[in-house]
Amino acid sequence: MIDLSLLPDGGVGWLDASGPNPQIVLSTRIRLARNLVGHPFGTRATDADRGAVLARITDAAAASARLRRTVTFHLDELDRADRQLLHECHLVSKELAALDRDPARPRPGTAVLIDSPAGVMVNEEDHLRLQTMLSGFALEDAYAELESIDSELGRLLPFAFHSEFGYLTSCPTNAGTGLRASVLIHLPGLVLTKEIGKVLQGLTQVGLTFRGLYGEGSEVVGNFFQLSNQTTLGKAEGELLDHLGRIVRQVIEYEEQARDVLLKTAAGTVEDKVWRAYGLLRYARSLTFDETMNLLSGVRLGVGLNLITGLSVYTLNKLLIHTQPAHLATMEGRQVGDPELPATRASYVRRLLGDEVT
Amino acid sequence: MRCDNCKERDAVINLTQVEHDTKVTLHLCEQCAQEKGIETGTAVLKSPLGTFLSAMGKGTALPVPADALRCASCGATLRDFRDSGRLGCAQCYQSFEDHLRDLLRRLHGSSQHVGERYVLPGANGEADSTSRLLDLRDKLRRAVESENFELAAELRDRIRVLE
Repeated sequence: MIDLSLLPDGGVGWLDASGPNPQIVLSTRIRLARNLVGHPFGTRATDADRGAVLARITDAAAASARLRRTVTFHLDELDRADRQLLHECHLVSKELAALDRDPARPRPGTAVLIDSPAGVMVNEEDHLRLQTMLSGFALEDAYAELESIDSELGRLLPFAFHSEFGYLTSCPTNAGTGLRASVLIHLPGLVLTKEIGKVLQGLTQVGLTFRGLYGEGSEVVGNFFQLSNQTTLGKAEGELLDHLGRIVRQVIEYEEQARDVLLKTAAGTVEDKVWRAYGLLRYARSLTFDETMNLLSGVRLGVGLNLITGLSVYTLNKLLIHTQPAHLATMEGRQVGDPELPATRASYVRRLLGDEVT
Repeated sequence: MRCDNCKERDAVINLTQVEHDTKVTLHLCEQCAQEKGIETGTAVLKSPLGTFLSAMGKGTALPVPADALRCASCGATLRDFRDSGRLGCAQCYQSFEDHLRDLLRRLHGSSQHVGERYVLPGANGEADSTSRLLDLRDKLRRAVESENFELAAELRDRIRVLE
């Protein structure tokens, strides 16, 4: 079993709810897709090609000031539970961890270099996916962090760049800046007032897209949405971030308005809903992951509306991460598929909530 | 109504875009709409990339069959790209340049990168010694793998000097 305590903050420093708007916006993640000149991209790379790319990137990281102290995990050497653990921390994609295809193993040469809050996925679809994840709504800080790593690595490694098309990526949907910024946002107000459809539709009209909790291809659970830019070419990095930032601020406003409407028109119902959610989490003896997410969404709304007091956003974030199957199994010394896991989850949630005064 | 772009042909498409929170409506003729990368047929933009790619070039006769157009560097054909939606290497962008320019315009609304400009290490003739060293180490690894020991020995000597 891998030891995430090797990482400066367990790899999930963004959980601490220290960033701006932490109650509605959980985290901000930005990634830059980069490839090396002279090495075939993912789909055409042999094991030897991937090995060469990894060696080159590892050398460059060791020679860099910014990534010298990274912890490297070789995905092909980890068992499934460990890979899932990294994925649940949002440190590796489902594809890199080969969790999207069972029982296949990650290909040789796939790795992740972590120096929280930054990291580099190696030999995913692109040779490098530089990423950073911060607490709350913090697009500028996240990009500043990433930009310094990008420019340093760009001086040490030959990135594939075209004067017209920009940074070249395996999939043309990422070409240009290679930048994808996403904001993980909690929108129960818009879901309960049934306004969410209109908002999501509006997003697609202004060049943004939405995904579930774990990014591309994942389902929306617990009213958590990842909003991100759809296009990566034709606009400068700053413009892409400004545009996303402006729209996210608007969505936050809509969410706050929806919460006001709920309180004005259905205060009793909402209060009942959030306390029922709290009650179930506080006393249930068996909880599935999806159920936990949905109940946590209710409690989070209750905290946001000041109906539930004395419960910190940090605790709610911790519950969100630690009740995921691989985290829970690791913490409690069980297997991911253990039939006792729902009972273990309920007991963990009771313990954590019991520690907080309400 | 005349087309807002060429002011000649009749407008058949109303394009509404939201830019910087302001709604802009353009009336375009079919030709201008296509030039701007707007799908005028029945194809829906939101279809998966695979379907989208197979629709690429529809209506315009391809000069060469997709199988014949091959990237000299990695060997991927245009058909490979259309099937998988992924390019084989950086050189593919040059090999399939015209096709990709068209696709990038459709996907992003533009094919011109306006973000950060990148300069390859050493492109100004003054490669930083660390990047030169990393480059030589990579070449050495490849030389050893391909059992080109003469080159490997030479590279090892150059690395020693730099180190």
